[in-house]
Formats: sequence, structure tokens, C-alpha cells
Amino acid sequence: MAKFLPLKEAVAQNLKDGDTAAFEGFTHLIPTAAAHEAIRQGFRDLTLVRMTPDLVYDQMIGMGLARKAVFSYAGNPGVGLLRRLRDAVENGFPHPLEIEEHSHAAMANAYEAGAAGLPCAIFRGYRGAGLAEVNPNIRSVTCPFTGEKLAAVPAVRPDVTFIHAQKADRKGNVLVEGIVGIQKEAVLAAKRAVVTVEEVVDDFDDLHPNLCVLPAWTVHTISVVPGGSHPSYTHGYYARDNAAYLEWDEIAADRERFREWMQKNVMEKTAEDFAGRVEHLRKAA
Amino acid sequence: MSTFTPNEMMTIAASRALTNDDVCFVGIGAPSAACNVARLTHAPDITLIYESGTIGTAPEVLPLSIGDGELCETAVTTVPVPEMFRYWLQGGRITIGFLGAAQLDRFGNINTTVIGDYFHPKTRLPGGGGAPEIATSSHQVYITMAQSKRGMVEKIDFFTSFGHGEGGDHRKRLGIDTAGPTLLITDLAIWKPDAVTKEFTVVSLHPGMTREKVQETCGWTVKFAERLEETPAPTELELTTLRDLQARTKASHEGTVKRAA
Repeated sequence: MAKFLPLKEAVAQNLKDGDTAAFEGFTHLIPTAAAHEAIRQGFRDLTLVRMTPDLVYDQMIGMGLARKAVFSYAGNPGVGLLRRLRDAVENGFPHPLEIEEHSHAAMANAYEAGAAGLPCAIFRGYRGAGLAEVNPNIRSVTCPFTGEKLAAVPAVRPDVTFIHAQKADRKGNVLVEGIVGIQKEAVLAAKRAVVTVEEVVDDFDDLHPNLCVLPAWTVHTISVVPGGSHPSYTHGYYARDNAAYLEWDEIAADRERFREWMQKNVMEKTAEDFAGRVEHLRKAA
Repeated sequence: MSTFTPNEMMTIAASRALTNDDVCFVGIGAPSAACNVARLTHAPDITLIYESGTIGTAPEVLPLSIGDGELCETAVTTVPVPEMFRYWLQGGRITIGFLGAAQLDRFGNINTTVIGDYFHPKTRLPGGGGAPEIATSSHQVYITMAQSKRGMVEKIDFFTSFGHGEGGDHRKRLGIDTAGPTLLITDLAIWKPDAVTKEFTVVSLHPGMTREKVQETCGWTVKFAERLEETPAPTELELTTLRDLQARTKASHEGTVKRAA
């Protein structure tokens, strides 16, 4: 059953050095506050899994938390490249980063296979694609019924998944709505799941019956962090801070400027600071 | 007729290729602008799909990312990402995959992964995202990009998304039964693959453009169709629609900057 804990303890109790961790969110509902807490606690040798490792993985990689990244699109969505990730891949700074690169279709299928308890995902993909030649985890199987050759990739099974969601009820059931992305699969594929939420409500009696609700017993720990996905957004609460994504491109371009920004905006801050960052974005949502 | 830029011509020429009946998987950037101009002019019922799971979306402003809230709020429905790729793309329901490219070769193969060697890249680009499967599962693929010798090259550094491979029947030989790239729209011209070799061939020059300009900004020796047409200039409606859309977009993306009190 889900426990409610302050974010600092939630991260300390669920993340360990060397873990395979997924901080998922497909542009929407990115668990930024949880990622910043992990950075403050200084974890090392993490294998970071995510379809779209945007700003938070750029920050974690730049701060030296990651040994390996498993991903399918390493960009700042709509803006350009991830400059800290690039520095790690191109120059081994702050230290070399192993990468396992896939397509979105492969990662989505791999999470689903993880949630379904399967060892691998099978799909029609990677035909003619160069990734199949550089990633040994991209293989193929032959359909026993039609003889069609299909792509196979191993299931994603994180030690721990972090997601951000709209709200929890008092029992710890969690609502995710809007662009639901891959979060349900990422939670159900993981050994442990930590969810940050905007708020806690008494019950979910007024919800539409088909909404995406993760029952309390699928979630290990819940932390209430209003604004916890900034500069990403929470549908119904606050809008995406597109200007911050544009600004990140300049901050991350320079090692010193990046360090200073991280010191001031992450290391010296707490989870409580997120609420103030979304105030000007609330009425736009 | 008012004046227009080559980029505006590119976006508008690309928008004209889309129809009301299309179900279009939209890449971010130039494809997104073209798809929404089509929707706001001659194809109001076109179904636009972004890989974040938003189906039948009608954004008021162009999204900065494929997952902006605007896309979900205006969509007919929003589905989980695995469903997007399994049922809708792999299931064969997408008529047009609309892609941009960092590097492109004459057979419509696209690289958005690395410049240089994969394991020791000179420049690490974002990678493929949804494109490898969009390129093979959509019924056909349209590509749009501004011409440059760096972008349109003899040999791409990495096959992120497969086009026509080495040309001819290469797709068929790999068991790919979709048409692949059937249209390339640049800021200078409209290109279509040769029926046999599948090499992109210029079929129409945009107003004011010449064969020489097309060749100067392309890294391979360009083939031109025997009967070369001129792309009709943008209409007032097309230009106004595009410019209004871009002005709304600019205001919206900058509007979230926190002002000092």
C-alpha cells in the first residue's frame, strides 16, 4: 500500500547507487522535482531509462549521476540538442556515458513488455534502420505462423520508476490524465514506484470511470509536490514553460554556466520551491 | 501578390500536398507548420496525429514540442504512447508520415542520429524518436527541409530512417511493403522519386528559383524532370494563414517568460 512521505525521504528510501531508474513523462508530467532530489542526494552509477531524456537527464548526466542512458530521443523537444548529454557522449565529460539507443516504438513496446511480465517485446520495426547494427539488444524473431521476421528488444524492468501525476486520493490511488504517455507501463514494469502529485483529495468518486488510475497497491511511495513537473506541465494545473526550455539551450551550452545554474537552482533549493515556479503558468493551463 | 520568403514557399507547397482525407503523423518543426496550414486552409478535416498520442488535434498555435498541452486539449482523443505506435502506426492507419531531416540523401534516407562515426560522433544529434517506424509503417512519407550542402549529402552518416535505401526495389527486398518517401519539398523546389531508380528528381521550381540555385545548395548531382514546372506562388489566404499562425505561436511561446515584478 502506498506510503505518503516527504520527497527527500521518498527518494532516499527508493533509489540506490547503481540502480536502473526511469524518471518517465512524455513531455507532459515530467518528474523534475524527483530528479532534482536525486541530484541533491548525489547518487552514482545510475542506468537512466527514458524515451525522451530531456532537461532532467541532461542535468543528471551533467552532474555525474549516470553510468548509462537507455533512450529513444535525446533532444530538447522543439528546441534542439541536449548539450550535457552531448558533452558526455562526445568528450566523456564529466565522465564517459554508455548509451543504449532505441526507437520510440521499441521503447514503448519494451515498457509494455515489462508491465506484462514478458522477457521481450516483439513488433514490426527497425527495418532498414542503422540502430539495429549498432545496438546488440536489437534482434529479431520469426513469427511461427506467418514466417514474418519481426524486431525483438528486451523488456524494460526498472528497479525504480518515478512519475509525476495530477492527484492522489487519501488511500493513495493515483490519477494520471491528459497526455498519459508511458507512465502506467513504466510504473507497472518497475520493482518500486514513486509518484509525486500536485495535491491529495478525499476520494475519486467524481472521476470518469475510464480514467487512468493507478491503484494504491501498485505505487510504493507518494509525495505531494505542487509544481513538481516544472518546466514541464500538469494538465489542468499549469502550462508548459516553453521559455524555460528555450533558455536551457544556452545554460547547458557552457560547463561553468551549467554548474552555476545547478548550484543556485537545484543544490541550494528544495522540493518546496517548485510551487512558486509555476505561479505565473497556472492561469494559462 | 505580396512578396514571400523561400521558407514560406516551402511550408505552403508542403501544405498543398495534404488532403482532407489524410491521416498524418506529424513531425515537429517544418512539417508541423505545413500540416496546420493545410488544416486551416484547404483541408479542414485532415487528421493530425502527434507521437505523444494526440489524435485529430487542431492546435491554435504551433506546439514547441510534440507533447504540448494544446495538442491534447484540441484532440479528438489522446491515447497512451504504446497504443500510438502499436495500433495506430504499426496497425497501418497512417496515410502520411511527415518528417524533417538533418541529413538526407538522394534516395530519401534520413539521418537525425549522429554526424561522424556512431561510436565516436563529431556531433551527437537527438536520434530517431518515432521516425524509424514512421518511415516504414506509414503508407507514404513526405519530407520537408531547407536545402544546404551540409543537409543534402551524397552519403548520410547514419541510417536513422530508411527511405529507398540504395534505390530501385530495395524496400521490397527488405520486406517493406509501404511506398516510402514519395515527395520532398524544399525551400527551392518540389522533388519526386524516379519511378524506377527512386532517386529524388526535381519536378517543380518555386517562383524565382533556378536549376543552378538548386544544384548549388545540394550535395549530389541533381536530376531534373524533362518537363519542369513552376510551383504556383502562395495565395494571399495561404500567406496570411501561415503568418498569423507563426505570430500567434511566437507570442505564445515567449509569453510564459516570468517578468520581474
